[in-house]
Amino acid sequence: MSKKVVIIGAGHGGIQVVASLREEGFEGEIVLIASEKEMPYQKPPLSKGYLQGKQSEESILFRSANYYENNNISLRLGEQIVKVNIAENQVITDSGEVISYTHLILATGANNRKLTSDGVEIPNIFYLRTLTDAQIIAQKLENSQSVAIIGGGFIGLELAALASEKGKKVTVIESQTRLMERVLPAVISTVFQQTHEQHGVQICLNSHIEQITEEGIQTKEGFIQADLILAGIGVIPASSLAEEAGIICENGVVVNEFQQTSVTNIYAVGDCANHYNVFAGKNIRLESVQNAVDQAKVAVSHILEKPQAYRAVPWFWTNQYHLKLQMVGISVGFDEYVVRGESGSDKFSVYYFKNKQLIAVDSLNRAADHLNARKLITAGISPTKGQIEDLSFNLNNCL
Amino acid sequence: MPIITYIQNDGTEHQVSLPMGATLMEGAVQNDVKGIVAECGGSCMCATCHVYIDEQFLDLLPEMEEEEAEMLEGASAEIKPNSRLGCQVRVSPKLDGIIVRIPEKQ
Ligand SMILES: Cc1cc2nc3c(=O)[nH]c(=O)nc-3n(C[C@H](O)[C@H](O)[C@H](O)COP(=O)(O)OP(=O)(O)OC[C@H]3O[C@@H](n4cnc5c(N)ncnc54)[C@H](O)[C@@H]3O)c2cc1C
Ligand code: FES
Repeated sequence: MSKKVVIIGAGHGGIQVVASLREEGFEGEIVLIASEKEMPYQKPPLSKGYLQGKQSEESILFRSANYYENNNISLRLGEQIVKVNIAENQVITDSGEVISYTHLILATGANNRKLTSDGVEIPNIFYLRTLTDAQIIAQKLENSQSVAIIGGGFIGLELAALASEKGKKVTVIESQTRLMERVLPAVISTVFQQTHEQHGVQICLNSHIEQITEEGIQTKEGFIQADLILAGIGVIPASSLAEEAGIICENGVVVNEFQQTSVTNIYAVGDCANHYNVFAGKNIRLESVQNAVDQAKVAVSHILEKPQAYRAVPWFWTNQYHLKLQMVGISVGFDEYVVRGESGSDKFSVYYFKNKQLIAVDSLNRAADHLNARKLITAGISPTKGQIEDLSFNLNNCL
Repeated sequence: MPIITYIQNDGTEHQVSLPMGATLMEGAVQNDVKGIVAECGGSCMCATCHVYIDEQFLDLLPEMEEEEAEMLEGASAEIKPNSRLGCQVRVSPKLDGIIVRIPEKQ
């Protein structure tokens, strides 16, 4: 029987599945279904170039419209899959249409976690995930003088940076003791905090919200007036379709090293996939372009019967003002770190070790260190402390 | 709109007309030119949009910023004097007719 691959979701994961299938010479039918009505686009620029006004809608598209035609891909925009029928190998769209598959890919991503009060969503708070969200926020920003941002993670801080660059009075409310605390050490959070403060952003740490009104936010520490409230407080994996179909889910759709779910001809990739990560040493979900793209390639390799297990080194980046931070590996659980460059300046890298093994590197405005570190960690090579600290030593010589 | 000719590593040519302000990377990826990966979507963060620029046009390009130069060092294929990161080069009328070659790997 000839293969027919159906993909739900046209983000980084879904698009890469399509691209890899055709690149690898797959000639069967491909159906790509996306609930959003826009031509498939990339999300990372939304909180960067797009909202800054430097990138247009055209420039963030994955592919031009004729790509899908030329590659014989049936692209179905603005259609939501409401049910997966695993017994019949079929999915059902919101208009009731039945589409059959031999292989199904869940690339459904994640949805923003919303702030609630007594189980009800609090109104007048804006979240960023989709192009539509970004368009609404762009318009709201235009008409606001003061902006409060709930959550000092990557998206919240990227929004804070661009809003303050637009001359808004910005306050960031974070319940933890540091910015981006979950993933970054104090040496790096501090540089970001200082840079935001130099741009006039007020950073409230250890801050606890008591009430949100139309005028602003009441915290235990005081009242923050705001014309516009934005929040970036994490995501919930979009796994309800899988769950309802009886596929095993736990913090996302559980997959094996080939991205297969508990139903062998159904795969999950990207933000929605809970996988065993070699670099984390446990089951996790990652929300990154790298993870979506690399998992998509793994799923395709398995469908095309040239299986390659997932073991790509995780990497991620964030841009705020002139600060470009690139992260590779998973630093959680490090027992030692070594700094290359001047610690606390706006140009240095931090090398994390665990049991003498290099496990992660964060590079601030040091792109070459980042690319080198990806190769080091992939190859399992650990440079010495002396080599790292010596700026005249070329770390590529370790490879 | 300026016309760009991309030449893939296998010799296949693509002629694409790009809107002003689009980058050489966007033009390649969106029009199915093989061999540009652009993992980071143009943020100058991945060095997988490496291209070789026709020598004739080299001087007409915007100067390379430090971060582009640094990223380029980490590119997988051979780095030549006419190497650039496609996502850092925006199309302008001066670039009409430019030839862009794609390296063997990213
Ligand atoms: C503002 C923002 C900034 C970011 N910045 C970065 C960054 O700098 N670096 C980085 O590495 N990552 C960044 N990320 C994360 C990155 O974008 C995601 O990890 C990546 O998009 C995940 O890809 P995906 O394919 O898993 O899901 P998504 O890209 O989220 O795509 C999933 C798609 O599936 C569709 N869908 C869901 N359910 C259905 C259904 N039932 N039927 C039809 N369609 C459905 C959704 O509409 C959605 O478009 C950012 C994310 C956001 C929102
Ligand atoms: S697209 Fe990533 S550096 Fe150009």
